[in-house]
Amino acid sequence: MSNRAWLVLENGKIFEGYAFGATNMQSSGEVVFSTGMVGYGETMTDPSYTGQILCFTYPMIGNYGIPESTSQDLVNSPFESKNIHLQGLLISELSEDFSHWSAGQSLDQWMKQQNIPGIHGIDTRALTTLLREEGSMLGSICFEYPDYLPEFFDPGTENLAAKVTSPSIQIFLPEGPVEKTVLLIDCGSKSNILRSLLKRNLKVISIPYHLNYHQPDFEKYVGSYDGILVSNGPGNPENLDHIVENIRNSYGKKTPMMGICLGHQLMAQAAGAKTYKLKYGHRSHNQPCVLEGSQKCFITSQNHGYAVDNDSLPADWAPLFRNQNDGTNEGICHKQQPFFSVQFHPEAAPGPQDTAFLFDDFLKLMNAKV
Amino acid sequence: MSHALNTINPKQYPLQSAPSLKSVKKVILLGSGALKIGEAGEFDYSGSQAIKALKEEGIETILVNPNIATIQTSEGMADKVYLLPVNPHFVEEVIAREEPDGIFLSFGGQTALNCGLKLFESGILERYNVRVLGTPVNSISMTEDRQKFSNFLSELGISTPGNHIAYSVEEALEVGRNSRFPLLIRAGFALGGLGAAVCNNYEDFESQVKKSLELTSQILIDEYLGGWKEIEYEVVRDQFDNCITVCNMENFDPLGIHTGESIVVAPSQTLNDREYQKLRNISQKIVRNLGIIGECNVQFALDPHSEDYRVIEVNARLSRSSALASKATGYPLAFIAAKLGLGYSLLQLKNSVTEVTGACFEPALDYITVKVPKWDLQKFRKVSKRIGPGMKSVGEVMAIGRNFEEAIQKAIRMVDSSYLGLSQNKAIRPSNEDVVQLPPTDSRIFALFTNILMGHCIDENYDKTKIDRWFLYKLENIAKIERNLLNQSRGEIKHELIRKAKLAGYADKQIAKALRRKSHEIRDFRKRYGILPSIKQIDTLAAEYPAQTNYLYMTYHGQQSDLKPADPGRSILVLGSGAYKIGSSVEFDWCCVNAIQAFRQMGYCTILVNNNPETVSTDYDECDRLYFDELTLERVLDICDFEKPMGVVVSMGGQIPNNLALKLAELEIPLLGTSASSIDNAEDRNKFSALLDTLNIDQPKWQNVVSEKAALEFASELEYPVIVRPSYVLSGAAMGIASGPEELSTLLQNAADISTEHPVVMSKFINNAQEIELDGVGNGDDIVIYAISEHVENAGVHSGDATLVCPPQVTPGPVLQKIHAIGQSIVRSLSIKGPFNIQFLVTPDRIRVIECNLRSSRSFPFVSKVMGINMIHVAATILAGHQVEPLSDFLESKIEHVGVKAPHFSFTRLTGADPLPGIEMSSTGEVGCLGKDYESALLKALTAVGFDFNLRRVLISAGPTRTKKGFLDCVQALEAMGVELHTTSGTHKYLKEQGIETTCWNWPGEKGRNVLDSITSRQDYDLVINIPKNTQQHQLTNAYHIRRKAVDYGIPLLTNLQIATSFITALKKYQNQTLLPMHLEEYQRPEWNFKLAEFKQVSDYTDDNKAS
Repeated sequence: MSNRAWLVLENGKIFEGYAFGATNMQSSGEVVFSTGMVGYGETMTDPSYTGQILCFTYPMIGNYGIPESTSQDLVNSPFESKNIHLQGLLISELSEDFSHWSAGQSLDQWMKQQNIPGIHGIDTRALTTLLREEGSMLGSICFEYPDYLPEFFDPGTENLAAKVTSPSIQIFLPEGPVEKTVLLIDCGSKSNILRSLLKRNLKVISIPYHLNYHQPDFEKYVGSYDGILVSNGPGNPENLDHIVENIRNSYGKKTPMMGICLGHQLMAQAAGAKTYKLKYGHRSHNQPCVLEGSQKCFITSQNHGYAVDNDSLPADWAPLFRNQNDGTNEGICHKQQPFFSVQFHPEAAPGPQDTAFLFDDFLKLMNAKV
Repeated sequence: MSHALNTINPKQYPLQSAPSLKSVKKVILLGSGALKIGEAGEFDYSGSQAIKALKEEGIETILVNPNIATIQTSEGMADKVYLLPVNPHFVEEVIAREEPDGIFLSFGGQTALNCGLKLFESGILERYNVRVLGTPVNSISMTEDRQKFSNFLSELGISTPGNHIAYSVEEALEVGRNSRFPLLIRAGFALGGLGAAVCNNYEDFESQVKKSLELTSQILIDEYLGGWKEIEYEVVRDQFDNCITVCNMENFDPLGIHTGESIVVAPSQTLNDREYQKLRNISQKIVRNLGIIGECNVQFALDPHSEDYRVIEVNARLSRSSALASKATGYPLAFIAAKLGLGYSLLQLKNSVTEVTGACFEPALDYITVKVPKWDLQKFRKVSKRIGPGMKSVGEVMAIGRNFEEAIQKAIRMVDSSYLGLSQNKAIRPSNEDVVQLPPTDSRIFALFTNILMGHCIDENYDKTKIDRWFLYKLENIAKIERNLLNQSRGEIKHELIRKAKLAGYADKQIAKALRRKSHEIRDFRKRYGILPSIKQIDTLAAEYPAQTNYLYMTYHGQQSDLKPADPGRSILVLGSGAYKIGSSVEFDWCCVNAIQAFRQMGYCTILVNNNPETVSTDYDECDRLYFDELTLERVLDICDFEKPMGVVVSMGGQIPNNLALKLAELEIPLLGTSASSIDNAEDRNKFSALLDTLNIDQPKWQNVVSEKAALEFASELEYPVIVRPSYVLSGAAMGIASGPEELSTLLQNAADISTEHPVVMSKFINNAQEIELDGVGNGDDIVIYAISEHVENAGVHSGDATLVCPPQVTPGPVLQKIHAIGQSIVRSLSIKGPFNIQFLVTPDRIRVIECNLRSSRSFPFVSKVMGINMIHVAATILAGHQVEPLSDFLESKIEHVGVKAPHFSFTRLTGADPLPGIEMSSTGEVGCLGKDYESALLKALTAVGFDFNLRRVLISAGPTRTKKGFLDCVQALEAMGVELHTTSGTHKYLKEQGIETTCWNWPGEKGRNVLDSITSRQDYDLVINIPKNTQQHQLTNAYHIRRKAVDYGIPLLTNLQIATSFITALKKYQNQTLLPMHLEEYQRPEWNFKLAEFKQVSDYTDDNKAS
């Protein structure tokens, strides 16, 4: 039996379990839960989880192992980025033996290799209930019984996008003939956004989130683009003023624009709307989102702690989707201009792929512009 | 919005807030008839949910279902209930009479669907302006025709198994010659995989082709994907094209074993996100293109070595899998499907579990469910224990846990109350061959576990079984714990090991046996060290939203419980009936549900424990708290420790709870109703026999014998024939009637063991005796209400296989009064408080008691509905502590109609089984119909179990001279009706002497075309009558072959002289009359002067009321 480990929460509550992964790496972050039942590999490599300790509510994790991926090639990797971005993982039961044709290692081995700590054997339902009742809170994973409250790392105070954005401009070409070119503002983009664009024969220019692509020589050196996609990413959208400024400038140029998750929040801010922190966020693969003005509902994959305030939307913008469960905003669009954004993840991975058509719509917007 | 967002333009999805089918005012719903293999309790559950949905809309509901033991046919459900066969003839009559404007076809299984399709195709629905609600009929019929459907899927770019269709033997053999084996043969328009078979070579193939084409006009020859993973998705879609996948499931047993025969887990465990989403997308694509409105099940084969897949089946209706998915997720699929059929959008419906979120979402589970099928193959003679593409199981259980180990071990205990888990089972000793070879049988899981425990490697097991290694690793985890337990020196109880064992689903008793300790020692130890189960809610959203759900399970993977006790000291805990099996089925669920309803109406907080996903009782809106958990002593004690109920009800769920009575009472758990010691006095043969002697009540002579020698001695003392009932049997073959020493020895040799530990009960068999049943409710002193039913068949046929008539038609009044008096004296001497059932054996000179159960019985729903009084409601008031005085007397009440309850046998599915009812029960279900006279009720009931009353050609083999004589009148009647008569040689000779000409067939072995050929060469018999010489003749006789062939070729079969005579007499009477449809309320039933509403919660429930 492996060693004991403890999760200490900022409210003083302690959950006891057993250590796995990097078993000597004390770690701290915001404790959140996800109710997705599959796709732990994709979830754990989603850069939006930077700074967070994640609890899976599904009790058995690691069943189908982890693909042995030595490739650092984002497009062909089975993951959503090059690394695990969690501060730690909390689960009920670790599947020590795995079984899948695509697997090359166990979850435990992978986490050891990536230096990420985990605790298994805790009552994840009790923890989830606590987070639901009291809201997301900070926590620490400890490998010795915590006699006193440890120091907590609060990711909300940091510029997390800076940690996960790509350090340089990268250009990705589709396999087929290039139809359009998209500028991808990488705030911690999931690889499947890139794949979703390439699949539609779009050339992608991925830029670091902080890069001012409005600077005079940008297009000269990097190339021109037909649309902008503002990616997902971790953290508080209010910490990213300069991107908001860039987006606002693009609105002026009427460049077709699509936003996903953090990108949605940034586009809303650029439009003049406000964002706020949800009590415990939406992290799951079963969020029903209704297309405003219709009886049409889509099941979406989500991972966010902040949301756009519908009431703060300026007059020329309209809500596009709303969450059927709690009524929160799930998407916005400009009433005349080719800008829209969604809070959920149309690229899925993990989760349902029902809203992948939004990438087609984005392409249509770019086509319509000509 | 003017921009180019075409796809997400809301105008494409116009807002339609009101249901568009407002015009529907009256809906007819078709049930599934008798419970049978492949169609069981799940359709009582789906139909009941549909009725609830219709009621909520104020729509008048007309139900056609002859299954009298169902909840859906009970008061307070449908507006009108027609206990009639679900066939086009009767349903058309009902439609003509009721003029409904809508019909639901998808809630009554394949029976309802087939009937509905026929009504549609023949233009009857159109003629009467009845609209099919929900999924369009064209889509349904396409999914039913495999070739059309396969083409449809190919056009969508969806892979299906390589397949061929054949309408003739020649066509099929042509395919066989040009294909690679193995091939899978299935019948078109099949239910539950009837007639499906894997053929490994051309010879197998040829014989199977011939057999299948006798049953159906169309057979399918498929690429055999044995060893692939089998995955199912349950999809819901509304008319606005909102489409959700409520649940996916993975079969533990790979493809090649029918999903109804497989251990199934939900959600899937070994699929990664890519595979999960890929199959989900395909499911939704199919459902959208079919235009499903409601629910649909899609089954896949998934290659274990790649992402390659095949769609293997689509059920465009509620199914067994959808019932399982409902219980596994808490999502009420049937209820929602009914609402969608009425025109609602998913967005307009709420999630009834959380109450705060909507129905348009996909449940997130934070637990695993494991379904294990319940086979009852030992009840049948000659049947193969192998499982495969055809269904043989008669029921199932579902266990909920937080890891696979916990859930599978729970499930094993649920399936059979004598099992302790995967290990330490005395009753299961897999043969060496089974352990080494691991063939798919009804007990493979135990052979597999034994094999792993012995240290065989996982890869080797995978090669043999193709069960995914993940599951095998999990079994190995249990094996490791087992070895640890066995290795404890002097049975030392160690904290960490006990904890690990409990996390892996071990029962206290199982641990105790491994450690050679007492079970209570383990329990005490656990409680002392705080190793206790937690109570968790099933809330559909994995705790994401607060939910006031009462749907619960227990697990050792928890540090805290989700809720507090419901109403300590005042709540009532009702124990359910567990898995459906032969002899314990929907009737006990009816009793539980009705008891719960009565307690709730009186104001009690009700708590139910059950683990059968096919039931209405496990619908979380039926009771205040539902523990979907084990019915073991350990778990019931856990629940009692937590809930501290006022009392436990053990008399509603059949034998499983009844067996717990004494143990619970010993541990000072209060029981409601009859005391545990009285129950023991009735259950213990010696004590009961002594009691009867004291009361001067006659009984057949009997004795426990512990050796063959003693048996032979006692038999000669009794004089043959004698009934032999071994207490430890592996097959029904050991139970029977012996008419001489040789037969007795043969029977005893079939018993697994005869010893002091496993004695054989022997009693005198009384020829030509009539069996009578007394069902009643006692108040401690007197019978409060009762009903008497008589068996049509003479004694020798198990009461569960007999045709019952109520009120009695032939028994003289004084005998009935004597029976009541005997019942009265037993009630008083055992202080029976609550339901009871006593069986009598009546001969012209004597009335003997043969059995007494101090619980509700199989016939309670039947007699309640015939009499028009809910006897369970009466019983519940007494259990709750009310003093209820005797109601008006059954014998004096004027019941002017007659009820007939007839058994349904599923022998067609049980390859090789001898379709001959005997003293061991073998029917899987029953129907109950009412009529103005016995004959009309009998005809309806027999039609409802598959007999056809348009007889054109009948094969008769009338047994020995005695029965031939007895049957002569009937043969004459058949002749007079113009029926073409075929006979076997002896019967032919006898009838010829009586002046009746018949077509004679030789017995097999005689020269020329024999009687078996006459069946197989399509003589198109409408009925085969084969009266065996003796009920005990079960060896491979010619008569067996006739019976088996009849069943294999789908020809109705009668094997009992009395029922055959009754049937033909009734036919004669009604040959020129139509049986008019009448609904239940139209039969004038007496006033019983009992109003449940007058009973309230008893506030001063004292210890005196409680039985100890």
